[in-house]
Amino acid sequence: MMRLLRAALILVPLGLAIFWWITRPDPILAADIAALPADPEKGRAVFFAAGCAGCHAAPEATGEDFLKLAGGRQFPSDFGTFIAPNISPDPNFGIGKWTDAQIVTAIMKGVSPKGAHYYPAFPYGSYAKADPADILSLVAYMRTLPPVAVANQPHKVGFPFNIRRTLGVWKLLFQDEDWVMQDPENELQERGRYLVEALGHCAECHTPRNILGGLEKDSWMTGAPIPGKASGKTPGITPQKLDWTAADIAEYLKSGFTPTFDTAGGEMVTVIESTSRLTDEDRLAIATYIKALP
Amino acid sequence: MRISPKLTVAGLLSFALAGSVLAASHAQMANEAAIKARQAHMSLYGFNMATLGGMAQGKIEYNADAAQAAASNIAALSALNQSAYWPQGSDSESSFDTAALPAIWENFSDVAAKGKALNEAAVAMEAVAGNGLEALQGAIRPLGGACGACHKTYRKPDS
Repeated sequence: MMRLLRAALILVPLGLAIFWWITRPDPILAADIAALPADPEKGRAVFFAAGCAGCHAAPEATGEDFLKLAGGRQFPSDFGTFIAPNISPDPNFGIGKWTDAQIVTAIMKGVSPKGAHYYPAFPYGSYAKADPADILSLVAYMRTLPPVAVANQPHKVGFPFNIRRTLGVWKLLFQDEDWVMQDPENELQERGRYLVEALGHCAECHTPRNILGGLEKDSWMTGAPIPGKASGKTPGITPQKLDWTAADIAEYLKSGFTPTFDTAGGEMVTVIESTSRLTDEDRLAIATYIKALP
Repeated sequence: MRISPKLTVAGLLSFALAGSVLAASHAQMANEAAIKARQAHMSLYGFNMATLGGMAQGKIEYNADAAQAAASNIAALSALNQSAYWPQGSDSESSFDTAALPAIWENFSDVAAKGKALNEAAVAMEAVAGNGLEALQGAIRPLGGACGACHKTYRKPDS
């Protein structure tokens, strides 16, 4: 009995120490990005490619309102309900006072300025694959958007998921910065891979997840249940499941019209609010990648 | 033959039960008919949108008369009184044949407002569709947007 107690006295603190070490947040430092160029005009393109406003603007926002990133939109899931925060440049309610390095860390590492892990409802798992210079340009653009004075609401998440350190384990298990599509055949497809896998984070909805919410990469883009909804699925978009041409896909991302002139529905309407503001070439790159999926 | 009171009660009960089942299936048939009617309505939108959209995207050659006819059809369709299309219990939770989410019945005033917005976009298209390709292209985005505004919130995604 004493031996057991003694062993526990050593093993439990050791275990906690290991847990604390392996789940520690890993920020990006100001020095890491100091030499990178930041171009707000380029950042605008990154903003729409990354679909930031789709989650952080009001649900029905269109036009100029789509640039007011007040947050507040709710995202129900199996783990609780996440509420998008205010990421407008408001100094008190938004992220106006954050440094560039803090914002880049939030986006690419999923770590807050106070060193807490974010929930992966925020698709930093995809943004981690982005070019840091692109993200720095994005930050420069976001600083030009209108500030909105709206307070953040806390997420509604229960035990054990409300312990942020558990997300460090989640990141260890599922955070993977390798490209899913290896060896793109040409430049357009490679650009498409960047737009789809990194900025566009398409897989976050179109790829099924395991019981802990990690993406099942073997079923990449084959469609998935919609979190927080009893029924309905995102469609599979591999060539086997979607027989549209690349031009059809590019047009859909521009105007929302399907080849038979039905229109997009559900969450894709919000996605197209962003993709409609990309260049024709980028939309074609996305379509080229999708057509090259296995 | 003497009929026992028990048997009478049982008989009446089963009659009442049969009646309510019959009434339920009547309601269901009426709902299925309404679902078919509104899907036919949607098909007519789609058929006419294919003309306008095809021209806007350069897939078919612009023709003022054909564009005008399609636009007028859409405007006429959007002005029809649809109240009988949407009976209670004809949602995607009650029938496999429809993608109409129950949210429609929870937010009827919003659905009506979006229907009105569609009518306005369709009337705007009708006014310009015969005035050349550029005019048509300028009006198609708001029209598609008005269709999508309802599909965004009230149509069940791929199931």
